[in-house]
Amino acid sequence: MDKDYTASIDSATIDLIEKAKKEEIETIFSRAEEIKPCPIGVEESCCKICAMGPCRLPRSKRESRKERTGVCGATIDTIVARNFARKVAAGVAAHSDHAREVAETFLKTARGETQGFSIKDELKLIAVALDFGINVDGKDTKEIAIELGERVLEEFGKQKGELTYIKKAPVSRQEIWKRLGVIPRGIDREVVEIMHRTHMGVDQDYKHILLQTTRCALADGWGGSMISTELQDIMFNTPVPVMGSINLGVLKEDEVNIVVHGHEPLLPELLVLATKDPELKSLAEKVGAKGINLAGMCCSANEVLMRHGIPCAGNFLQQELAIITGAVELMTVDIQCEMQGLKNVAECFHTKLITTSDRAKIEGAIHIEFHPDKGLDTAKKILRLAIENYPNRRHNVYIPSQIQETVVGFSHETINYLLGGLFRASYRPLNDNIINGRIRGIAGVVGCNNVRTTHDLGHITLTKELIKHDVLVLTTGCAAMACGKAGLLVPEAAKKYAGPGLSEVCEAVGIPPVLHMGACVDNSRILIAATAMVKEGGLGNDISDLPAAGAAPEWMSEKALAIGHYFVTSGIFTVFGTTWPTLGSDKVTEHLFHEFEEMYKGMWAYEPDPIKAAHRMIAHIDKKRKALGIDKTKERVLFDMDMRRSLG
Amino acid sequence: MSKIIASSAIRGAHKILDYAREKYRISLEKFGPEYEIGFPNTAYYLPIIYAITGIDVSKIKDIEKVLEICSRLIPPPVSEKTHLPYLAPALDAGMATLFAEEIIEAIRYLEEPDFYLADKEDVELDKGKIWLGAANDVIFRKRGVEFVDGTAPGFAAVIGAAPDTETAAKIALELQERNLYVFMCAHSKNSTFTEQLIEAGTQIGWPTRLVPFGPHISACVFAIGFACKVAMAFGGIKPGEFRKNLIYNKDRTYAFILALGEVTDEWFANAAGAINWGFPTISDTSIPQILPTGICTYEHVVSSIPHNQIVQKAIEVRGLKVTVSKVPIPVAYGPAFEGERVRGEDIYLEMGGGRTIAVEWTTSKGMEEVEDGRVDVIGKDVTDVEPGSRLHFAMVAEVAGRRFQEDFEPILERQNHHLINQAQGIMHIGQRDIAWIRISKQAVEKGFKLKHIGRIIHAKYHQEFGAIFDKVQIKIYTDEEKVKEILKLARASYAQRDARIEGMTDESVDTFYSCILCQSFAPSHVCIISPERTGLCGAYNWLDCKAAYEINPEGPNQPVKKGECIDEKLGQFKGCNDYVYKASRQKIERVSLYSLMVDPMTTCGCCECIAAILPMCNGIMTVDRDFTDMTPCGMKFTTLAGAVGGGAQTPGFLGHSKYNITQRKFLKGDGGFLRLVWMPKRLKEELREKIKKRAQELGVPNFIDMIADETVAKTEEEVLEYISQKGHPCLNLEPLL
Repeated sequence: MDKDYTASIDSATIDLIEKAKKEEIETIFSRAEEIKPCPIGVEESCCKICAMGPCRLPRSKRESRKERTGVCGATIDTIVARNFARKVAAGVAAHSDHAREVAETFLKTARGETQGFSIKDELKLIAVALDFGINVDGKDTKEIAIELGERVLEEFGKQKGELTYIKKAPVSRQEIWKRLGVIPRGIDREVVEIMHRTHMGVDQDYKHILLQTTRCALADGWGGSMISTELQDIMFNTPVPVMGSINLGVLKEDEVNIVVHGHEPLLPELLVLATKDPELKSLAEKVGAKGINLAGMCCSANEVLMRHGIPCAGNFLQQELAIITGAVELMTVDIQCEMQGLKNVAECFHTKLITTSDRAKIEGAIHIEFHPDKGLDTAKKILRLAIENYPNRRHNVYIPSQIQETVVGFSHETINYLLGGLFRASYRPLNDNIINGRIRGIAGVVGCNNVRTTHDLGHITLTKELIKHDVLVLTTGCAAMACGKAGLLVPEAAKKYAGPGLSEVCEAVGIPPVLHMGACVDNSRILIAATAMVKEGGLGNDISDLPAAGAAPEWMSEKALAIGHYFVTSGIFTVFGTTWPTLGSDKVTEHLFHEFEEMYKGMWAYEPDPIKAAHRMIAHIDKKRKALGIDKTKERVLFDMDMRRSLG
Repeated sequence: MSKIIASSAIRGAHKILDYAREKYRISLEKFGPEYEIGFPNTAYYLPIIYAITGIDVSKIKDIEKVLEICSRLIPPPVSEKTHLPYLAPALDAGMATLFAEEIIEAIRYLEEPDFYLADKEDVELDKGKIWLGAANDVIFRKRGVEFVDGTAPGFAAVIGAAPDTETAAKIALELQERNLYVFMCAHSKNSTFTEQLIEAGTQIGWPTRLVPFGPHISACVFAIGFACKVAMAFGGIKPGEFRKNLIYNKDRTYAFILALGEVTDEWFANAAGAINWGFPTISDTSIPQILPTGICTYEHVVSSIPHNQIVQKAIEVRGLKVTVSKVPIPVAYGPAFEGERVRGEDIYLEMGGGRTIAVEWTTSKGMEEVEDGRVDVIGKDVTDVEPGSRLHFAMVAEVAGRRFQEDFEPILERQNHHLINQAQGIMHIGQRDIAWIRISKQAVEKGFKLKHIGRIIHAKYHQEFGAIFDKVQIKIYTDEEKVKEILKLARASYAQRDARIEGMTDESVDTFYSCILCQSFAPSHVCIISPERTGLCGAYNWLDCKAAYEINPEGPNQPVKKGECIDEKLGQFKGCNDYVYKASRQKIERVSLYSLMVDPMTTCGCCECIAAILPMCNGIMTVDRDFTDMTPCGMKFTTLAGAVGGGAQTPGFLGHSKYNITQRKFLKGDGGFLRLVWMPKRLKEELREKIKKRAQELGVPNFIDMIADETVAKTEEEVLEYISQKGHPCLNLEPLL
């Protein structure tokens, strides 16, 4: 059987797909060959929100059916917009419910009711407390943290006013939102309102539906996601650059391998702590293992990779393959992006699949619920289970040799530091080098893997094309892991892949041309970084003035749509690949792709070819450079005393 | 290729910190923890550490916490393959390097007290003492003023040595011609830039702006420390406000490092440190470059620059605009040559100075009487006399122009001193009929003749005052009889001018002038200059400002309509208040021209003297910046300047000029001249005649003897005792508080 090179560009992945095929184990790759996407569903031309349908409204070749409406008369535009809105709402709900869990754990930690957690970054605690208008004078860490935890939890159920973090955005951005009436009031309320408005017979004006969609998405980017990132930083430390390694080669043949998969960093943080437990260490020895090897998968991996340098086994499409190595004693899953197919794969091996969230069970998996008050006990229990399972390895173990070093952990605070050191920390050098053209612009390349397109191909092709044209790339989530595997997250990549200007700046600072900023919930870091660039000056007054663009070339989840939508409505031109869920309606698509630019100065685009997508982004960046008047090289300004006097 | 720089800098930082630790350990053992340590005569402790961290290192034990900070700042060495980002850690390591070097140098002052010529502006070549070390606060203020008013746009820290003496002399001359200070430190291949200049016969020391700090790389901290002090003294930036200090220097102090010779790890560490202040490094060897901008205004490290281009390149990289004065004479020309001396053996021709007559007179003529650019030398010239000769000298500059006013004559004439003095090899002292000129053999060798003095006057009058006149011709006489004739005319003119100035009062004009020249360094400071309150720096009177405004209507001297008089005694005018509020960028709302108690005028830090209230005495003392000892108010001049400088309004304290002391409005709002109870003896002597005259006017002819000085009173109690004994009139004035 020939190796399936179209499935992935990653040879470790290809090797394990082969192994699965040989051993006749079903994976997402084999299932994808069996099931094709529904042609009507793919363009969302189907309404199933009431029992009078489902109304399937594909484009007709016959002229007679120009007007496509459901039985109730809902236009195709209403139907597509409603479907889009519900997807965004689901994405927002996912991020925000993640954030709620973090916030609750944070408050419990502040009150001393958790096991194994603490307030680690006190400076950030104070900074965030001040953002929330908390008077920190004369209060100790505990008092501030409790007050902050309570205030943050209120954000979810707030009924009126504005989300606190909205005021972190540039003033001109806030004005745009105010004018359009899309400033979120509370996080939960905006999700609920979408569910209501898209119920049968409520909001039936696509533009009006999309306004609420925006309000909901902003409640994620400038609400749930941002809260989650900030509180995680306070509890687990703000990431600083660390060395890491990635790909399935991080699994170890002679050690107990535990893969933490999912999105919440809470349990993984404690698992990291538990691996240092001497009792467990000696237990591992007793069963004949040389040690305990913790590896990450998906965004849980990003979190522990950034903060502890814990190796990362791979991204979304590699989750089943990790088990197929036969070397994984145990895999924990919490929330989001864990495929039910894992259960079947695990059953083919000795691997124990553990679900840990009270919100997510998988039929047939072992459920060990994580609660922060006895979190460390749970972590140890899980590790013990894994260690005890080590002697049960029964299949041929095959661990691919692929392993790639990475430098990760570029939080907003870290970038600020890296550009000037402790004493001169600022975004000035970044802005300066954008202005002088060494760096053409900034791109956020984020998002998932999608089995309908070659694994990692979109991410890597697009990213390489961007850096080749001197665009600095910020990345998160599965895109970040793809870049890691392809060797783009090391400083040496600058010389190898980046254009001369970007390469020179990377060399000066000692950074890779692609900066790993965290998990998908950390896309809020990109918003903060963009805002910091605006505030530093010289690149306009709003995020939309920046020579910047975003992309999710391999997206698949509803969270990606939520992220994309808050990027766009924060003023960033964003291109999605694979497929686009509004193609069923010309009007909705036109609205999102073009009219949005008038409204938000940022718009959506769909381009499945990653090279073309890169060039659309570059063209947009060039357009912004021209508008800023930085498209031509300027004469060096020499200063005399009069000019110094006028500095003020 | 900056990975190499970062790696070297971090390595260098480790070495320097290790050395500082070792030095600290030894000195702790030798002197004990309580032993005093620091640079000589300064209120800024170890200035870099003080400016950045706010820690005032004054005892050996204080070093400990600074070393701890250094340890935290210096990262582990950069790994060869797949390293973590290094720029920021290298900058931090550079900062730690400078802290460690200040400690090393401070310990050197303890261990080898004679290593540096403390408190000296000149080297002592005959004694082989060529290293000056840290600038004390007197030198710092005197020189700092030149940074503030723009006479010196910045400094070049020259590290190492040129390949030969000739190149060294050339580079130094080029830097001098661009008015830059040259701070020299470190050595390369067993040579120093300083020794090379000495060998080339170049005069070094503060007066010629070629300052030999020290032979070690650690002497680099004297340069950076100078910049830190500028920000604190003139910029009003508080110790510990590190970011403000660094940005202030990046934006205002145009400094850079010239690295000559092989760049060592330690040099890299210093260069990395300097980048924090926005000071780039320009090197003559092929080290890697850091061209992307951001922390410095432009490039950070530029290398492989040939020696004949290195000064021009450095200035460009730093982003500095310097106008080099082009004067058609055969010697170099610029403010850096002002401090140069012509002595003994070097003198070719001497004029004035008590032995012969030397007089300078600038006067107006009709347009048709003046042929612009004409210079006549009547009598003997340098070529007509032997080396070591003396001649009489009279120079008449005849000025004509539609906009020229008689009032401008003394202003132009007063410039003669520094205009002539700026020529290399020519020394000029004094003015009017007490002028004194020496022309060196070296200048004569280069072809300098008396007509060139005229050429300087013609060229510079046009460059600096072109707006207020059209034509100038110069007549130089050396013939005794003719000189005496001119002297008579000139003296008549001087007497007439003096009488006119004397009669000028604040009431006699409706417009005062502002001076915001120093806002380049002290952004919220505004001087208001009236006929009876000259500028606090002593350099500008009302007429100067009036002329300056005519010359440049957009410039730093603007007319200020007095407007309604709010308080006659305090000298508060609505027009002045409105102007100051605006020009201080809303920092200062009201200003009294005649009071130190109520809304006193701010100072940039350039003031010649600072007056301070002595509450027990019901009087006021004043101290000039040359007096370095403690004063009766409990603060030295430099501490006082630290408290009132930087554009802050501090009731009870006032910056003023020496001349202002005997002007009639001095402290009028607080009881006037008769409040004066203490001043340094030397200042008292300098102003003796003026004080006597003013006291006479006020009916207390023996007043000068009632003013205490440091020889009779060091504390406020002693001042009180002295003035009580003398029956000082202030004791009967209404209470100050």
